[in-house]
Amino acid sequence: MARVTFEKDKCKGCGLCIEACPKKILQLSEDEINLRGYYPAMIIDQDKCIACSFCAIMCPDCIITVEK
Amino acid sequence: MVVFQKPKSLTDTVMHYCPGCTHGIVHRLVAEAIDELGIEGRTIGIAPVGCAVMAYDYFTVDMVQAAHGRAPAVATGVKRANPENIVFTYQGDGDLAAIGMAETVHSAARGENITIVFINNAIYGMTGGQMAPTSLPGQVTQTSPYGRDIQQVGYPIRVSEMLATLDGPQYIERVAVNNVKNVRNAKKAILKAFKNQVDGKGFSLVEVLSSCPTNWGKTPQQALELIEENMIPYYPLGVYKDRDLTEGVAKE
Repeated sequence: MARVTFEKDKCKGCGLCIEACPKKILQLSEDEINLRGYYPAMIIDQDKCIACSFCAIMCPDCIITVEK
Repeated sequence: MVVFQKPKSLTDTVMHYCPGCTHGIVHRLVAEAIDELGIEGRTIGIAPVGCAVMAYDYFTVDMVQAAHGRAPAVATGVKRANPENIVFTYQGDGDLAAIGMAETVHSAARGENITIVFINNAIYGMTGGQMAPTSLPGQVTQTSPYGRDIQQVGYPIRVSEMLATLDGPQYIERVAVNNVKNVRNAKKAILKAFKNQVDGKGFSLVEVLSSCPTNWGKTPQQALELIEENMIPYYPLGVYKDRDLTEGVAKE
């Protein structure tokens, strides 16, 4: 099964992964703030992930790991 | 099975770049190229002056931090003293195309066997968004608040086209990192630029059209769109010189 994991405390909340996701299943957290003070990116529907790794390719901080 | 993970040649340090800055993407592409060629142990990187000045914190290879613009000169020395090492420079447009233009042109003309990764974001990032030699006509920056006036300060420099007129370089390509497809092409180009050096072929330069959301005054998403709308029409993507191709034709 496809699985995307974020190193949340390294995220700067730029949102480039959200833009790149073809399934539109990523969003910035609305209530949780990470150690650096940003709203980190997170996945909202793991089951819909197709492991295309577009999010990881566009992530400037290299915090996304994609498994399948 | 892991489909995508951080390359081994990148350290765990959190990069200091602004949110959405594409420097991080290009750092990763360089690290992936180093990993794929298995040259981590014998690579020496030259960090520039500019936003990437602290690049030595992010790669697990040996790094030298050169004076402003002098990275190709330092790389020349390192490579000539240690020809078995793989030497790359990572430079921005204020470094490579302004103060370091002489070093860039002459190392290309000499055909030094080094790899240059050139980040072109059309602005001085670290110093706060001043006009660079590569700023587009009409572009608003801190030092051109009414837009770049070509009557007064002249035209932007297309570095790849200019260097491609020299006989020295082996390989020159311009790529962009504004979407997934272009990032993949950029990876191929950077890998080839490193491979050329491993094979001893000579000077390879990859110009990467990059964004600067902070100093352009845009969101990261808008900045990537601006690369597509404004930069690519002025700086067309493509291979400007590849002696593999031209010499193949000549032999036939």
